[in-house]
Amino acid sequence: MTKQIRQLDRVVIRFAGDSGDGMQLTGDRFTSETAQLGNDISTLPNFPAEIRAPAGTLPGVSSFQVHFADYDILTPGDSPNVLVAMNPAALKANLADLPRGADIIVNTDEFTKRNLAKVGYQSSPLEDDSLAGYVVHPVALTSMTVGALAEQAVSKKDAERAKNMFALGLLSWMYNRPYESTLRFLERKFAARPELVAANVAAFRAGWNFGETTEDFAVRYEVKPAKMRPGTYRNITGNAALSLGLVAAGVRSGLPVFLGAYPITPASDILHELSKHKRFGVLTMQAEDEIAAVGAALGASYGGSLGVTTTSGPGVALKSETISLAVALELPLVIVDVQRAGPSTGMPTKTEQADLNMALYGRHGEAPVAVIAPKSPADCFHAALEAARIALTYRTPVILLSDNYVANGSEPWLLPDVESLPDLRVEFATKPNGDDGTTFLPYLRDPQTLARPWAVPGTAGLEHRIGGLEKADKTGDISYDPANHDFMVRTRAARIETIPVPDVEVEDPDGDARVLVLGWGSTYGPIGAACRGLRQRGHAIAQAHLRHLAPMPANLGEVLRSYDRVVVPEMNLGQLAHVIRARYLVDAIGYNQVRGLPFTAAELETMLEEVLKNV
Amino acid sequence: MSEPVALKLTAKDFKSDQEVRWCPGCGDYAILAAIQQFMPELNIPRERIVFVSGIGCSSRFPYYMNTYGMHSIHGRAPAIATGLSASRPDLSVWVVTGDGDALSIGGNHLIHALRRNVNLKILLFNNRIYGLTKGQYSPTSEVGKVTKSTPAGSADAPFNPLSLALGAEATFVGRTIDSDRKHLQSVLRAAAEHQGSAFVEIYQNCNIFNDGAFEQLKEPATRDDFLIRLEHGQPITFGKDGQFCVVHPPGGFGLEVRETASVSPGEIVVHDATVADPAYAFALSRLPGLDLRNTPIGVFRSVDRPSYDSVVQGQLAEAKAKVTETPEQQLAGLLASGDTWTIR
Repeated sequence: MTKQIRQLDRVVIRFAGDSGDGMQLTGDRFTSETAQLGNDISTLPNFPAEIRAPAGTLPGVSSFQVHFADYDILTPGDSPNVLVAMNPAALKANLADLPRGADIIVNTDEFTKRNLAKVGYQSSPLEDDSLAGYVVHPVALTSMTVGALAEQAVSKKDAERAKNMFALGLLSWMYNRPYESTLRFLERKFAARPELVAANVAAFRAGWNFGETTEDFAVRYEVKPAKMRPGTYRNITGNAALSLGLVAAGVRSGLPVFLGAYPITPASDILHELSKHKRFGVLTMQAEDEIAAVGAALGASYGGSLGVTTTSGPGVALKSETISLAVALELPLVIVDVQRAGPSTGMPTKTEQADLNMALYGRHGEAPVAVIAPKSPADCFHAALEAARIALTYRTPVILLSDNYVANGSEPWLLPDVESLPDLRVEFATKPNGDDGTTFLPYLRDPQTLARPWAVPGTAGLEHRIGGLEKADKTGDISYDPANHDFMVRTRAARIETIPVPDVEVEDPDGDARVLVLGWGSTYGPIGAACRGLRQRGHAIAQAHLRHLAPMPANLGEVLRSYDRVVVPEMNLGQLAHVIRARYLVDAIGYNQVRGLPFTAAELETMLEEVLKNV
Repeated sequence: MSEPVALKLTAKDFKSDQEVRWCPGCGDYAILAAIQQFMPELNIPRERIVFVSGIGCSSRFPYYMNTYGMHSIHGRAPAIATGLSASRPDLSVWVVTGDGDALSIGGNHLIHALRRNVNLKILLFNNRIYGLTKGQYSPTSEVGKVTKSTPAGSADAPFNPLSLALGAEATFVGRTIDSDRKHLQSVLRAAAEHQGSAFVEIYQNCNIFNDGAFEQLKEPATRDDFLIRLEHGQPITFGKDGQFCVVHPPGGFGLEVRETASVSPGEIVVHDATVADPAYAFALSRLPGLDLRNTPIGVFRSVDRPSYDSVVQGQLAEAKAKVTETPEQQLAGLLASGDTWTIR
C-alpha cells in the first residue's frame, strides 16, 4: 500500500505510560533517531519521584516529550501534536495538554474495566464521544507485540515489556526516522542476553510494519533537516553536558577533578557520569552526607584539585557553612545546584528557579560568591567551564544554578573543538612572596584578580596555617583588629564584584523595542520562543538573558534603563526582579509561576502582548 | 627504594611563630609539646604534613604546628581531611579534634572516616567537657554531670569513644594520657606507622571547667592500680604488684578483671592487637568502671585493611594505565562519544 507523505515543519510528540513502561527510553531513542536525521530537537522528560508508583495510577504516569523541526527551535513545545498513551492513566493525565485535532495513539489492551476504574473513568473514553475532537488511533499494542514475539525465545512477561519498542517502531515509521542507531543501541543494551536483543528488534520491526500495512495510518510525515551550523553534533542532556564540562575543566586546567557528592534528585546523574571518567584523573566520592561532600571537595581543593560538589537545593542548605569557610579560606570550589521545586523535599522531579536568593545570600556573615546559570541543556557544558574558570582564577566558591528542566531536557550540541576551550591553567605558589625573600604571606593578593596565592601542601618553605577565624591582611595570622576585619570584609566583597564578566547582550532585531524581557537560567528557551512569536506578528520586543548573576554584567544597568518596561519572567516569586529593583532602581515587572513545569512560550507571548499594549 | 635521607629535624622545627593561647595549666600544652618532640621521628618533611582541625580548644592545635594546617569548622575536620588525603596520598594528614567536635556535631564524619579507613591519624582530645563555650557537658560527660547547661545534672548517657570507633570497625584504636609523654609518643608512633585510619583518644585535663577528670589515672598513689597498660603479646596484668589481671570468663561475652592470685596463669588474656574481630578490642574498651578503675591504655587494635586512599588511587591508576592519548585527545573522543551526526 502506498501511503501519502505529508511535509511538516515541526512536530511535538509525547510518549506517556506507566513508570515501568519504558517511556523515557522510548523517547530517548526516538530523539536519537531524529537527531541522526538532522532536525533541531528539544526534549522534556516528566516523571514521578516514585521509582515504581502503583501501576496504572495517575501518580505513576511518566512521559517524555520531544519537539523536532526543520528550523532552530528553543523549547520542547507547548502542546503535543501526538500523544502516545500506553494506558488509561497516561491518557487521562495528558489529555488536557492536547490541542483539538491532535493524534492520540492508545494501547487498547490496557483499557480494561479495572484500569479504567483505577483512574476514575466511568466508561471507556474510547467508546464514548469524549475524544471526538481528536484523531484517535486504537492499537492493541501489548497483544500485537506478544503475537509478534510468539516465535521468540522469551517469556510472555519479557514479550509484553517489549511493547514500548513496538510503539517506537510505529512512530519511527510514521515520521520516517532512520532507525539503525536504535538497533545498535538494543544490541549494546542487551549484549548479555541475545534473546532480548532479538525480541526487542522484532517488536520494533513489528511496529514499523504495522504502520506500513494498517489502513488506520494513512499518512506518513516528513520533517526535513534543519539548517544548522556545520559541524558534528550529538544530542545531550544538561546533566551530561555539565559532567563533560567538568571533565573538560580538569583537562584544560591540568588539575585533577575531585567530586564530593551525596545522591539527590535531580543531580545524581552528574555523580554517575563523572564516576566513569577515572582515566581523566576524576576522583568521585559518594560522601556520607551533603556536608561531608562539600567538605571533602574543599579539602581536595586545598590539596590542589578542582574541588566540586553537586546537589540540589536541600543539599546547598546543608553545605552553606562550608561554603562560607571556603569564602574565608579563599580556595576554588564549584557548587552545582540542580534546582528542584521546594521548599523542603517539595517536588523532587519538578523544576523551579527558587534557589537564586539562597545562592546569592544564603550564608552567614558577609560571604559573597560568584553565581552563574546555564540557559539550555548544551549550555551546561560551557557554564561548567565558566564556573571552573572563575573558581580557579579568583580562588572563590562559585555556585552554578542549573535546574531540573535543563538537567533532564536535551538538545543537539555542536561539539566544540577542544583546543578552542578556555585555557584554565593555574600557577601554584612555589616560593616565598614576602619582601624579605623568606616569608610567605598567604593573604598577599594579586593586584589584578585580588586572589591570594594557592600554596598547596607539599610545597617546601610555604608551610602556613589557614582557617575560619578572621585573618590579618597579607600575613593570614588570626586577627580581631576592627579595621582589619572591615578591610577584609570589603576586600572579599570587592574580589567578587570586580570579576570581569561579559556584557549582557540584547536581542532586539529592529532596535526599536520599548519593552525588554530579562531572564536567567533555563527560561531562555520559552522567553526566546515567545519573543520570536511576537516579532513574527509585528511587535518589537527585546530579550536579554543573564548567565552571570554575581557579579552582574557591567552594562546591565544601562541596558535596563534604556527600555520603558522591563519584564522578568521567573519560576519563583520574583527573586531576580527583586535584585534588579534593589540594585538598579528599575521598576521591573515580575511574571512568576511555580508549577514545577517550565513556562510555555504561548503563555509568555500572551503576557508580553498585554505589556506591549500598555506601554 | 633507596634508604630515606635523615632530615635531622628537631622539635623546634615544628613550632610555629604563633603565641600559644590555651589557658595556663591546660593539658593541651603537654600534648603539643609531646607531638612537636615526636614529629622529627617520622622523618617526613614538614611540608608533607598537614594538621586539620574542627572547632574547640583542641582545634587551635594546627596554628601552633609549623606544618601545613587548616582550622576548619565544627565537626567537619574528618570530612575535609578525607578529601585531602584521598586526593593527595603523598601527604601525612592528622586530624585534631575534641569530644564535642568529634562525637557530637561531627559524629557522622568520624564514623564514616573510620569505616572507610581513610589514611588519617585522628587525635581526639577528650576532657569530657565543652571548654571553648565555657563549660557545658559533652557527649563524654558522665550521667548526672552538673554544668552550666545541666544545673540538675545531665540526663544523657555518654559515649565511650573507643567503643564507638570499634563499632565503626576502625582498624587502629588506641588510648593515652596527656601527662604521660612517653606513653603518648609510643601510641602516636604506632598510629603513624599504621596504614589507614588511626584513632587515638587522649585523656586531657581541662583545669578550668573539669579539673581532675582523670586524676585517679595520674596520681602516683592510684594510677598503677587503675591503669591497664596494654602491651602486644604480653599477658594483661596490672596493679602495683601485678595483683590484677584480665581474663575471658567462661560463658561470658566479654573480658573481666580478676585477682591474679585467684586464676591460673594460662587463664590470663595475652593481648593481641591484631585480632581481626573487633569484639575483642570492644571488650577491652568496656572494662573501665565509672570511677575509671580498670582503664586500659595503649594500642587496643591494629589490623590491616586497604585504606580508602589506596583503593581509590588504585582505581585511578588502573584507569590511567590504559590511556595512550593526550588528555586533549581523550577529551575530544569523550565529547564525540555516543550517537553523533555531522552537518556539512
